[in-house]
Amino acid sequence: MMDAALKDFKKYTRKSLPKVEALAQGHRACQGCGEILALRMALKAMGKNIIVASATGCMEIVTSPYPQTAWQVPWIHVAFENTAAVASGIEAGRKALMRKGRLRKQRTTIVAMAGDGGTADIGIQALSGALERGHDFVYICLDNEAYMNTGIQRSSATPYGAMTTTSPPGKLSIGQQTWKKNVPAIAAAHGIPYVATASPAYYLDLMNKAKKAATIKGPAYLHVYSPCPTGWRLAPERAVEISRLAVRTNIFPLYEVVDGQYILTKKIKKPKPVEEYLKLQGRFRHLDKKTIQEIQERVDREYEALVQKAALTEAEEESTEEAEK
Amino acid sequence: MPKRVGIEVSLAVSEAVCAADVDVIAAYPVTPQTHIVEHLSELVADGELDAEFVPVESEHSAMSACIGAAAAGARSFTATSAPGLALMHEIVFIAPSLRTPIVMVIANRALSGPISIWNDHSDIMAERDCGWIQTFAENGQEVFDLIIHAFRVAEDPEVLLPVIVNMDGFTLSHVIEPIELLSASEVSQYLKPYKPQMVLDPKEPITMGPVGVPEIYTEARQQAESVLNGSKKVIVRAWKEFAKLYGRSYKPIETYRTKDAEVVLMTMGSVTETAMTAVDRMREKGMEVGLMRFRLWRPFPLEEFRRAVKGIKALAVVDRAISFGAQGGPVCSKVKSALYGAPEQPQVFGFISGLGGRDITVEMFEQMVKKAIRYAKKGKGPLYELVGVRER
Repeated sequence: MMDAALKDFKKYTRKSLPKVEALAQGHRACQGCGEILALRMALKAMGKNIIVASATGCMEIVTSPYPQTAWQVPWIHVAFENTAAVASGIEAGRKALMRKGRLRKQRTTIVAMAGDGGTADIGIQALSGALERGHDFVYICLDNEAYMNTGIQRSSATPYGAMTTTSPPGKLSIGQQTWKKNVPAIAAAHGIPYVATASPAYYLDLMNKAKKAATIKGPAYLHVYSPCPTGWRLAPERAVEISRLAVRTNIFPLYEVVDGQYILTKKIKKPKPVEEYLKLQGRFRHLDKKTIQEIQERVDREYEALVQKAALTEAEEESTEEAEK
Repeated sequence: MPKRVGIEVSLAVSEAVCAADVDVIAAYPVTPQTHIVEHLSELVADGELDAEFVPVESEHSAMSACIGAAAAGARSFTATSAPGLALMHEIVFIAPSLRTPIVMVIANRALSGPISIWNDHSDIMAERDCGWIQTFAENGQEVFDLIIHAFRVAEDPEVLLPVIVNMDGFTLSHVIEPIELLSASEVSQYLKPYKPQMVLDPKEPITMGPVGVPEIYTEARQQAESVLNGSKKVIVRAWKEFAKLYGRSYKPIETYRTKDAEVVLMTMGSVTETAMTAVDRMREKGMEVGLMRFRLWRPFPLEEFRRAVKGIKALAVVDRAISFGAQGGPVCSKVKSALYGAPEQPQVFGFISGLGGRDITVEMFEQMVKKAIRYAKKGKGPLYELVGVRER
């Protein structure tokens, strides 16, 4: 089914970047916000024939304080945990209306977007339901690895060892005591046609994945790395740098799952040590050598498992030594 | 002429939704489930109803999907009961603020603690202040008619609010009654296709559900309040037109033998028919007793209620839910507050009965009336009482 949908798929190139903007300037995101950067790219890739359902969260708050809105495409916010269900309703409603001749037949991309809390925790039921029912929509999880909008509380997507306001390091704790929940794998387990991870540091990769997700019929799930300088205690100008490091350390590998087939879209030739990634962020400042080693081993193990799942033939190699673009 | 058939009321609900040519049904079979959505999924599977049936994974998602569908311009419907409604709670409050004209039928049942699948009104009373229009049906025919009416009112450009039609779980939802089923073509004279005022459309982008900062939140709530109060005239007008077309007439408040009544029973829902029998019996014995029931619960029909109590000395209000810690049932509390400052103020005595599926019998109604007469003569009674509590 993928082959048919993507037969004429044209990738964006540096020269053919779309000019459309679904999100206007002047929103209220923090300085250096990597999440709104990732969102803007994903939306640009999907064009203006879209309808967006948003969960409660940073992106919802910074774009819609009435009477202002940053949205130049139709957008709805209902609550925190239900964006996949709202998108289901939009898709079902339009389908019925088109069938009944009350709406012109056309394919509009229905997008549901939420943060990691709205996806991995409180929204996972609605997400699972919508994926399982097979609605034609794109779900974008903008993963900034904690509840940033409510004041940096831990979520199940917060990485091991990270300091948040509800996983504080102390005499008896190293901070977050659990390992990051693998939501893309959970999404893929629904047998949906398309799952991908993406990062704003690899903007063409991100945009092409978003375009693919919109092109494919049926549910598509995009898990997008979304650095949060405010919550991560990271210098605001380093959002893109940290995004690239997350990929180059194999902490956040880029891959697709197409009809159940794992494909690495970026293969890191000589991965950098995780310490380089961790040391730039205040949320990991308290970690000792032993914990960093533990994280390194876990990352290596998880990456190896991913490699085994993936068909490496498709991957484009990247050397960590090449000059930064 | 519409045909009159013997049909389970839940199935009649589905037939009404089908006749209303609904576009999207999103529902979840929470226990206790009714046959409403089962039959609807059958009608869709057989091609008798052209709609999307979205078998969501929870009631929370049922209401969310209905909101999404309505925002996309589709006529949407769901049905639920106690625990499902409670799970939906958060989203129930959002539907009116987004002006999504969803229709929801609730087979009223008890809330958990302890778990119970049986009938009372504790589920809907917990949603009393949700901003929806709320009606209560007494019998199967009324359920059918109120659903058609609900779509008409909900989608009226002056209203654009969701509507809940309440029917008693089991005592209505699972019984077979003779009902005149209107066909889709008969209903189409009364209910035109939904023309949304605001719709999610890439051609004309709108932002729905923005953040309500303190500077505008009060105003948004004020609008929700005034549109709900203002919907009453549309509700009444739509009932009048219904009567013209189909011959059955409905009002916000029904009265039965209240002329010269000393004490009037106040009820809601299907138990009213039992109360009628009790009133008839007492009238035969020469007691001056009448009956009144709310069909329209929200917006509360204040003027109609104050007019209806003229000349009545005492009201015996029967609640089918406890408002914990409030020293009375929710209906009785509302009745008392509605009478405060009214030109005529009958004495009000509250009775809580029929909880979690316990029957309210004719004899129990008679006892409540007798008590109310006694209290009225004395000029005072208990704040409220729970009727029929077993001692052992």
